[in-house]
Amino acid sequence: MRDYDALGLKAGIEIHQQLDTAEKLFCHCPTVLREISERRGEFQRYLRATGSELGEIDRAAREEMRLVRKFCYYTYDTVCLVEHDEEPPTPMNPEALEIAFTIAKMLGMTPVEHVHTMRKVVIDGSNTSGFQRTALIALSGALPGGCRVETICLEEEAAQRVEGDTFSLDRLGIPLVEITTAPCMRNPEEVARVAAYIGMVLRSTGRVKRGLGTIRQDINVSIANGARVEIKGVQDLDLITEVVRREVERQVNLLEIRDALRERGARVDQNVVDVTDLFSGTNSSILKKARSILALRLCGFAGLVGREIQPDRRLGSEFSDYAKKCGVGGIFHTDELPAYGVTAEEVARLREHLGAADEDCIVIVAAGKERAGCAIEQVMTRARMALEGVPEETRKMLEGGSTAYMRPLPGAARMYPETDVFPVTIEPGFWESIPVPELLTDRAARFVSEFGLSEDLARQVAFSERLPLFERAVAAGVRPALAARTLLATCRELARDGVEVDRVTGDEMLALLSAVEAGRAAKEAIPEILTELALTPQESGMTPEERVDAAIRRVAPAVSAADVEAVVRRVVAEREGFARERGMAALGPLMGVVMKELRGSVDGKVVSEALRRELERLIS
Amino acid sequence: MIDTLRTGDLVRYTVNGKTALTGVYITERDGMAVIKLESGYNIGASPEKIEFIERPAARPPAAAAAVAQNPDLPELAILSTGGTIASRVDYRTGAVMSQFSAADILRVIPELGGIARYRDHQIASILSEDMQPALWQNLARAIYDEIRAGVEGVIVTHGTDTMAYSAAAVRFMLRTPVPIVFVGAQRSADRPSSDNAMNALCSAAAATSDLGEVAVVMHATTNDDRCAIHRATRVRKMHTSRRDAFQSIGIEPLGCVDYPSLAVSLSGEAVRRGAQEPELQDSLEERCALLQFYPGMPASVLEAFEGYAGLVISGTGLGHVSSGLVPGLREMIEDGTTVVMTSQCLNGRVCDRVYNTGRDLLAAGVIEGEDMLPEAALVKLMWVLGNESDPERIRRLVQTDLAGEMQRRSIP
Repeated sequence: MRDYDALGLKAGIEIHQQLDTAEKLFCHCPTVLREISERRGEFQRYLRATGSELGEIDRAAREEMRLVRKFCYYTYDTVCLVEHDEEPPTPMNPEALEIAFTIAKMLGMTPVEHVHTMRKVVIDGSNTSGFQRTALIALSGALPGGCRVETICLEEEAAQRVEGDTFSLDRLGIPLVEITTAPCMRNPEEVARVAAYIGMVLRSTGRVKRGLGTIRQDINVSIANGARVEIKGVQDLDLITEVVRREVERQVNLLEIRDALRERGARVDQNVVDVTDLFSGTNSSILKKARSILALRLCGFAGLVGREIQPDRRLGSEFSDYAKKCGVGGIFHTDELPAYGVTAEEVARLREHLGAADEDCIVIVAAGKERAGCAIEQVMTRARMALEGVPEETRKMLEGGSTAYMRPLPGAARMYPETDVFPVTIEPGFWESIPVPELLTDRAARFVSEFGLSEDLARQVAFSERLPLFERAVAAGVRPALAARTLLATCRELARDGVEVDRVTGDEMLALLSAVEAGRAAKEAIPEILTELALTPQESGMTPEERVDAAIRRVAPAVSAADVEAVVRRVVAEREGFARERGMAALGPLMGVVMKELRGSVDGKVVSEALRRELERLIS
Repeated sequence: MIDTLRTGDLVRYTVNGKTALTGVYITERDGMAVIKLESGYNIGASPEKIEFIERPAARPPAAAAAVAQNPDLPELAILSTGGTIASRVDYRTGAVMSQFSAADILRVIPELGGIARYRDHQIASILSEDMQPALWQNLARAIYDEIRAGVEGVIVTHGTDTMAYSAAAVRFMLRTPVPIVFVGAQRSADRPSSDNAMNALCSAAAATSDLGEVAVVMHATTNDDRCAIHRATRVRKMHTSRRDAFQSIGIEPLGCVDYPSLAVSLSGEAVRRGAQEPELQDSLEERCALLQFYPGMPASVLEAFEGYAGLVISGTGLGHVSSGLVPGLREMIEDGTTVVMTSQCLNGRVCDRVYNTGRDLLAAGVIEGEDMLPEAALVKLMWVLGNESDPERIRRLVQTDLAGEMQRRSIP
């Protein structure tokens, strides 16, 4: 267990959450995601890097322009000219602004008095206009535990990458809140706790989208003498702790590698050597088909390039990530050779050709001439960074929690005003009047005290998507425990057994629970009735209540008190000897027989009462 | 307090009595101080929350990198009237600055340097809705001078709103042996997705091609794949915002420029390079108007045009107005106003010989404008009346195709 304090670990989180609004942030399209098979058409565009005032292209932008790319966009009948970058934006969606301010208030933040929408340059293709519209709406809040929330921004979601340079426009423009904390977390567990808390606050509004991809978490990690690294796309709350732990390991290892390199007097060669001819007779499939093979000598790097810095990742993996930006498949390096069809003899020849000593590592790239040249330059760049320590980067999460390089950390200076959207004045009255919803944790506690639900069930219900339905049921007089168990456990079990419980509407659920409360069906019959409802096709003209009653009739026709008496009497009479012998102890076994006959149409308590009476009558 | 602040001043913004952030003062808006925080975001705050820290020393403007032009390439003139096809963003303040000089444009769109070398001339720096006939004349004269100086083609950057008017005006005023290409951008040039670069490159390709007339070159579709070359007198902006807003009405475009190959293909209809000798006839009669008729329009509206030299009416259908306007029009014509009828259908030919009111209009002296676009007819009338005073000759000129503004036959 690392001493994170001694390492000077500083971590922060950035959470992006989609809002469940009727319309998108800057147009009137619905916030629905579509299947790409439903697309109405597609169009192609180029994006150009724009220079800043000093004539420099933003370093992240320059990185993206390394390959000249054409972008293709899929469009739908729920997408308009604004997403096509063919029409100016509408004013900012007031519903989205309201939800964003609600969240800000729940996090104890101070609203910006005059909200300005900015254009944030993004040229990876995910925004058709080449920028993302984003506005800072609140500052400076606090979390329990003392960590600060620095900012909340309201911004447009980006288009979804389909593959390569093709994007789908359905997602573009959905409102997103971006919540950024200060780098105030000091250990991996704290990061996970803060992420969970903020996630709970968001869900407490009841106005955020739920489901895969609707919330994204990015984590910033740095250690003393390391560098600030942004890790994007940490979806699972459970993985957060591991990701932070592994990033610390990675930075610690990179610093150790740097120290070792310095001790060895290591350096990176300036010259790239063309070794295509050296491999003319090779059996390596990759090297065989490459038009150009270039090599670079890294003096003093032997053994360190192949050194593991994270589970399944080596320094060489970092070199490879950088090289891949040029469109090559990867690199080879002598720390892992001979392998991949490259023989020891070929390695020896390579070493000799480059004049490499034993403590030197050689990296080779095989591809077309331009790509190979570009890739080997990238390796040179990254190798030089290894001599300095840890580079500032944006990285993406891999399965298991290790990370890979994505792009350089973006510079700050690439935002300018979105002049097509006027600033919004936030009156103090508006801010005061925003109602603050109950936190889900508070609601769960309330369910325990008010409804007597167990802590576990209370928490499940409070956090469930079915919470509104539960509250409706309780308001309609359904016992909370019954409602909770039916909506959660019963439905889950049925779903596991292959019943399409999702086809049963909320209104039908409510009608069923009410029917059970009214005694028209036994609670034991609920699974059967739900199954029946799920199987029956939706017919127009029938109300939910009518459908439920029809299902009850088919599956568990109501049994009158007289019928129950009759069945009980018959069953006891048929087993009179057994009943007399066992006395009241016969109740249990006879219950089973009667319930089976009644096919669960009657509440067990009613049957038990009737049996008890009959047995007593018999025995006495 | 904010009266004394200047853009670029370092200020302190106190968020809620405790947290303070530093930022750069940008400007005042709606009584709020707009500041740019370190993150790059702008916010507006009440002036009392802002405190001056210091004024940074004035930075010398960044020495612009020299732009080398290739002397072996053909020479083009870039004339700007205000349409922005190149701009730069100062991320420090967020200001977007339009770029008009050839050197500045080449810095933003360096590929232009592979097509030609450029000389520049700024005619005006206005939004195109503020364009005026006097500026059309300045433009035509400047283009003529450039042609006489020997350029192989001319590019005119122009706001898209009234680009078609200006292009038609230049077409009437100038006979040209070389291409004169009007270009603009539908999306602001500061954004990475702007159509500025592609349109500019296609224009340069068209301006060095075998074309020999005035044209508008803009996106042909929403894709970045092709620009269309439109004849100046038959092009119209047909959408408020789309890249492919400009369309040729009633005829096919003269050709197109593929992107990114920049291969130019011209139809048989396009006038070729060298087909005409350069000639400038820049007189325009500015007292001409364009009036769109609508049902119920009172005759008194015509009073606003009393004394005008010319009136183009954008009538309904085949070229109609209500019968109630006929007397007023007759009177105007008798007083010397030349009245030309076009159609707000935009497509199709005017024919006032079919229905009663139309025949009455003809009897009153209204001239059928054939299939001219209303806007092109207005510009043409200004030019005809600026260069001719005899009514019979005026009528003949109005009804003769002078610059491709009118087709003799309606092609299906």
